[in-house]
Amino acid sequence: MVTDFTWMIGGPQGSGVETAANIFSQVFSKMGYQIFGKREYYSNIKGEHSYFAVRVSEKQIRSSVKGTNMLIAFDAETIFRHVDDVLENGIIIYDSTLENVKVSDVITFDNDFKERLGNLLKSKNKEDTVKGILELASENGASIHSVSFRSLLTELSEKLENPRIKNMSRMFNVLGVSLSLGLLMIPSEKLAESVNSIFSKKKSIAEMNVSAANFAYNYATAKFDNIGLKFEEKEIEENTLLVQGYYGTSIGKIIAGCRFQSYYPITPATDESNFLETNEILEINEDRPGSTLVIQTEDEISAIGMAIGSSLTGVRSATCTSGPGFVLMIECLSWAGINEVPVVITFYQRSGPSTGLPTRHGQDDLMCAINSGVGEFPRIVYASGSVSDSFYDTTQVFNYADIFQVPVIHMMDKFIASSVTTCQRFDETRVNIDRGKLLNEISSDNYKRFEHTEDGLSPRSKLGLENGIFWNTGDESDVQGHISEDPVNRVQMMDKRQSRLDYILEKIPESEQIVKHSEGDFCIVSWGSTQGPILDAIEMLKNEGIDIGFIEIKLLEPFPKELLKKSFSNSKTIIDIEANYTGQLGSLIRQNLEKDPDYYILKFTGRPMTCTELYDTLKKIVNDTAEKREVLTYGA
Amino acid sequence: MALKIGDYKTDVHNDWCPGCGDFGIVNSIQMALAEMEIPRHQTAIFSGIGCSGKTSHFINVFGVHTLHGRVLTFAQGAKISNPNLEIIAVGGDGDGLGIGAGHFVAAGRRNVDMTYIIFDNAVYGLTKGQASPTLKLGEKTKSLPTPNTNYNVNPIGLAIASGFTFAARGYSYDVRQLKDLIIAAVNHKGLAFVDVLQPCPTYNDINTKDWFSGVDRIDETTKKAMPRIYKLEDTDYDPVVHYSDETELNQKKTQAIVKSLEWDEKIPTGIFYKNELITPYTRRLTDKIPNYIENPSALQNISKNNVPITKINQILDSYKV
Repeated sequence: MVTDFTWMIGGPQGSGVETAANIFSQVFSKMGYQIFGKREYYSNIKGEHSYFAVRVSEKQIRSSVKGTNMLIAFDAETIFRHVDDVLENGIIIYDSTLENVKVSDVITFDNDFKERLGNLLKSKNKEDTVKGILELASENGASIHSVSFRSLLTELSEKLENPRIKNMSRMFNVLGVSLSLGLLMIPSEKLAESVNSIFSKKKSIAEMNVSAANFAYNYATAKFDNIGLKFEEKEIEENTLLVQGYYGTSIGKIIAGCRFQSYYPITPATDESNFLETNEILEINEDRPGSTLVIQTEDEISAIGMAIGSSLTGVRSATCTSGPGFVLMIECLSWAGINEVPVVITFYQRSGPSTGLPTRHGQDDLMCAINSGVGEFPRIVYASGSVSDSFYDTTQVFNYADIFQVPVIHMMDKFIASSVTTCQRFDETRVNIDRGKLLNEISSDNYKRFEHTEDGLSPRSKLGLENGIFWNTGDESDVQGHISEDPVNRVQMMDKRQSRLDYILEKIPESEQIVKHSEGDFCIVSWGSTQGPILDAIEMLKNEGIDIGFIEIKLLEPFPKELLKKSFSNSKTIIDIEANYTGQLGSLIRQNLEKDPDYYILKFTGRPMTCTELYDTLKKIVNDTAEKREVLTYGA
Repeated sequence: MALKIGDYKTDVHNDWCPGCGDFGIVNSIQMALAEMEIPRHQTAIFSGIGCSGKTSHFINVFGVHTLHGRVLTFAQGAKISNPNLEIIAVGGDGDGLGIGAGHFVAAGRRNVDMTYIIFDNAVYGLTKGQASPTLKLGEKTKSLPTPNTNYNVNPIGLAIASGFTFAARGYSYDVRQLKDLIIAAVNHKGLAFVDVLQPCPTYNDINTKDWFSGVDRIDETTKKAMPRIYKLEDTDYDPVVHYSDETELNQKKTQAIVKSLEWDEKIPTGIFYKNELITPYTRRLTDKIPNYIENPSALQNISKNNVPITKINQILDSYKV
């Protein structure tokens, strides 16, 4: 019985690799398995290499592993790039017509990769072709199944008496996934059901793809040697969802009452805005329909400017961006800071510097989120570690913005954005809405927007509210909001705003600032999407009797210094894990706790961490054979 | 109780230079608001940065003094969220046509129903007189070390090319006409642009009040100055696009651009172009969201007793395994 299995499909961008992976994920989720899939792609529209790795397991999984048990390839590049990933006794299904393709024939290879591959084949005395690299795989124990995808199409076209099908190489993706499911002896009706649902938008296309799927499936069961793997069908756990990574913040925004989102297109943030616009009309309990205005702007400056303008009318508003967009927002962010405007910036990080690796993962914008700004003003920087967390966190960050009247930067990243995973259905009953001191009516005509109060927070009017007229300015202002350069007023206003940082630490419950997942002499400290691989690695170690602690910091600004100090007290060795070069959280810890983490595990290849890499490295640390700074590099 | 001009004035000290053209613009806005009797709390002035940016502090309605070049972004966000608000955005020519030019063009494409007034004096006043986008090539105003090396932007032409559906030009020393233009702009269904010629007495020593009044051009017979400014409404110029027809539209756009290029000897003011046949942004949103006008973002309830009321069941069901 197979309990944990990774499947990978690759192909040129635009060839439907994602669709194939969605079919595979759906099939296995419907068989009661947990899914964790990740998508990797170039900054390119068509032609460059992309791949999707889906891990399925009987138990909860939150990350990928190193390597794959099965590889599906209908282009040469996938074979060359990923044969190395195929694990011991792994399975390869590939298009037999590719056998004689040479390394030099693949025009999309980067020169560096071409050289590494050439050297590898040479050192093993293999010819520099697909055949050569497959021989290598075979020697490593892989079972290899070859089939001409082109002939499959020809046969199918004859069978269906539809000559057009013969040339439909865009169906290679469906053929590939179906061959693999046939080989794995998954019930065929599960495949048909899933293909039908994925192509549900057009009946004729769905029918054609189901025919192709069945055809390839039957081919595999008839022609491929049985590999002896068996997946048992299980009871589907109640309330399981199969979600894309960006659904958490998207659906979180909808239920939190975010009714305005402005954005400028940027990877990997745009999917969220697209989701919100697709679902722009909302069903409201006992009320007429609501709606989210989703506005595509001319640039990110306009995106945040509009979101602030919207917020001034009392609307919960947001923008969603990535690093290069965020840095354009800084001047407006500072304006929101001095004017105490609640606004949420959902920050899907990718890998920099500059445009860096535009479609790859990274966590290298933490310092940017915390420190970017004109002058000093309070803000909240809050990070989510999983799709599911990001749903609840999104509803909370809108509360924080309203309660504390500050801009909130919600840190997400490409790893979460382009993962596909099973998770528990988001629980609406856990969501509450707190709009802080937002006023809905004002009776006196003596309203002052920035009036000094005991807690430093002034009642907040909104544009259009009778008796609630106020002024805003990016200059320092008096209590009404008019420009003031008076030094005494200046001190009062700086105190009013900056005291909020302590107030935030006092008011946000500790469990929302830091999550203590486990305890141990060795204690991991991390933030954001590393959560999944860390939890999985910890579980692997626990199975061997090794307990590792894990503190996830969610509130990164203001920094929960005292709470962290307390949380560390039982741990002897601190291990900082982050997807960046310098260990940015580590430097926050040095700065706030005057303590340097004992170890750093870092990854900045643009590819997410796998639990197996972390497991290996943590083990080295436990065995005292690790360097202070361990750098992970796995992944194509 | 009817509102008077005084009701629209704040007691904030106005620190503009004596003789500044900006005073006339603020007065015109206040007069226009009083004449239209728009309740104070339903009005918001959004302003950019620079001398003109302070305008919002002098008018007793909601006032949002934003950032250099960004005023239209804030203003549109507010107007789209709450279409019941009357919104007037103001800013300098450097603000709107230099650093904010991208937003200017994008705003034209959206045609949000609001008004944008540019205080056009061809210099950056608050930073001490540098050349702004409307200063003519080769001109050397007082504080420029050497003559201006850039060609000037034509604000009316740029507005029309960008999709603004109303373009007018006023003169800050003709407060009455300017007030009427602002009222016409506010009443226009779509994005209305008013370019206001506004002499900067401190830094623009070329386009001065005397220059506009033609003090340098004395009529030999009457011995009077011959003003450069004249009003389009005193001519047979017709700015309105009357019907949806390419020829009509092109003719009205072209005529407006050509007219707006008149300078030096004769400078026209008034409405250059008006087209209510292009759908305002509100309509475009209503096409997607049928109850947008009755229930815009700013009026929607999102919770009851702190419990969210938005249903996400259907969305979640579609991802159920």
